[in-house]
Amino acid sequence: MHFFETRRLTKAFGGLIAVNDVNFQVEEGEIYGLIGPNGSGKTTLFNLVTGFHPITSGAVRFQGKELNGLPTWKICKEGIGRTFQIVKPLRRMTVLENVMAAAFCRTSKTSIARDKALEVLHFCELDQKTDFAASGLTIGDRKRMEIARALATGPKLLLLDETMAGLTPQEQYEGVELIKKIRKSGITIIIVEHIMHVIMNLCDRILCINYGQEIVKGSPNEVANNQAVIEAYLGKE
Amino acid sequence: MGNTFNWRKIPWAKVLSVAFLVLFPLLVDSDYYRHLFIIALMWVVIGSSWNLLSGYTGQVSFGHAIFFGVGAYTAGLFTTKLSMSAWWGMLLGGPVSLLVGIVIGWICFRLRGPYFALATIAIGEIFRQVAENWISFTEGMQGILIIQTFRSKIPYYYLALGLAIACVGTIALVLRSKWGFYFIAIREDQDAAEALGISSYRYKSLSLMISSFFTGLAGAFYMNYMAFIDPQVVFSLHYISIMAILVGIIGGVGTIWGPAVGAFIMVLLQETFRSSFYGLVPRWVSEAHVLVFGLLVIFVIRYMANGMVGDWPKIQQLWSRPKAVSSPSVSGN
Repeated sequence: MHFFETRRLTKAFGGLIAVNDVNFQVEEGEIYGLIGPNGSGKTTLFNLVTGFHPITSGAVRFQGKELNGLPTWKICKEGIGRTFQIVKPLRRMTVLENVMAAAFCRTSKTSIARDKALEVLHFCELDQKTDFAASGLTIGDRKRMEIARALATGPKLLLLDETMAGLTPQEQYEGVELIKKIRKSGITIIIVEHIMHVIMNLCDRILCINYGQEIVKGSPNEVANNQAVIEAYLGKE
Repeated sequence: MGNTFNWRKIPWAKVLSVAFLVLFPLLVDSDYYRHLFIIALMWVVIGSSWNLLSGYTGQVSFGHAIFFGVGAYTAGLFTTKLSMSAWWGMLLGGPVSLLVGIVIGWICFRLRGPYFALATIAIGEIFRQVAENWISFTEGMQGILIIQTFRSKIPYYYLALGLAIACVGTIALVLRSKWGFYFIAIREDQDAAEALGISSYRYKSLSLMISSFFTGLAGAFYMNYMAFIDPQVVFSLHYISIMAILVGIIGGVGTIWGPAVGAFIMVLLQETFRSSFYGLVPRWVSEAHVLVFGLLVIFVIRYMANGMVGDWPKIQQLWSRPKAVSSPSVSGN
């Protein structure tokens, strides 16, 4: 049994097949990369896993349990946390309140939620900004808060959707370190990213998709040197 | 100076307002002003309830007359149909209204944003039409008349004050708990909330249940106090549903004390117009009250979008301009 897998996962929006027959398996403790050109269906795949879109056909299994048809909030309770490519801060709440709202996923007591939130904010090195209004954060800190919030829900699997996009090289470096730290704490990660040095640096295995279909699966090196991947990104000669 | 600091930390405005409200009927020996304050306290309950659902949970209701009317009719019908004391009806007004709230939530919380608001208008009109036309049950336009229990205003005053304190207190407690965090998270971004493990349907319903319960109690209180209701009054879009929104907006949407302040402002304003400025201006001026309310809402939305309470620092600056600008606090008042 795999820790997480999709079986023949397919999503059609009317006549457009956004995700087509995608199979992949993730083992516990891995960092699994998901790459592909713009519009290839990476975010749609995340939306299928987390129940934002209903699945057309196929299955998503997590720790031996089928997730098909579960509402988003239940999938979070099952232990899958996610971030959004376009960050969704709860704007009129402080950073601490944002993360506390997430920490209530595993407790009903305000004091426990507060402690958990402070712990996660410390882990994500946001402890200087706990009382900032979420609407006033820089893009780098917003992305970080997005990760902190997902972590506060107590996930076993974390889906990161382009958490490095729009960051400075220094922030990207810090982001990579944070993701390594998250893996070390025992959380499995699936990451969608366009920035290749980030992906190559972090991932144990990579799946590349285009037009919703699998092109190749393998180690970072295998994928980077694959002719079909190069064609998908750069076009044919 | 250390002493001064601690002294200033006590929320004097709130403590003194509550103390004043407790002593008011003993200090002011006028049934007219007691009546105005009773109605204002009732509006504190309705406005605060509306604010929990619409201001804090982001589900704008144009139909709070539904819950007010159901509460009032529950109290009235228990008395006229079952010959029970209207006070039993008063106790049941809240729960029955809450049940109606559950059903409405079940239907309407599949809808998001403006669709929810539109649905509440439609359901409000349905309730009014049914109350007007189901004559064998509701007496239709004739309305329901009962006999008041007390001749003095004072028992009603303290009942209304108790209701207002219970309502504002409950909401303040709820907002500090997990529920409060969840309500605000849903208001800010429903998708993000779902991804954080929050069932938006469940928590929107819980917010509506608290809101409808207290609004129903206010309606049942109105029945007991006024001793007469008809569908045009208690299920009125204009006098109840819109007024609830005005109370919230003028006082401050998404602030705990906002609707309490808004209720007193709106009731005093309404009375000023109803009485043609206490007889100082010709009668036709009072007909313009809807126009003035409209202008007031435009003014508030344009210049103090957070209402009297939410934008209080801004208002203070108007007469303390020479001093350093005080930064508005982020946390709720």
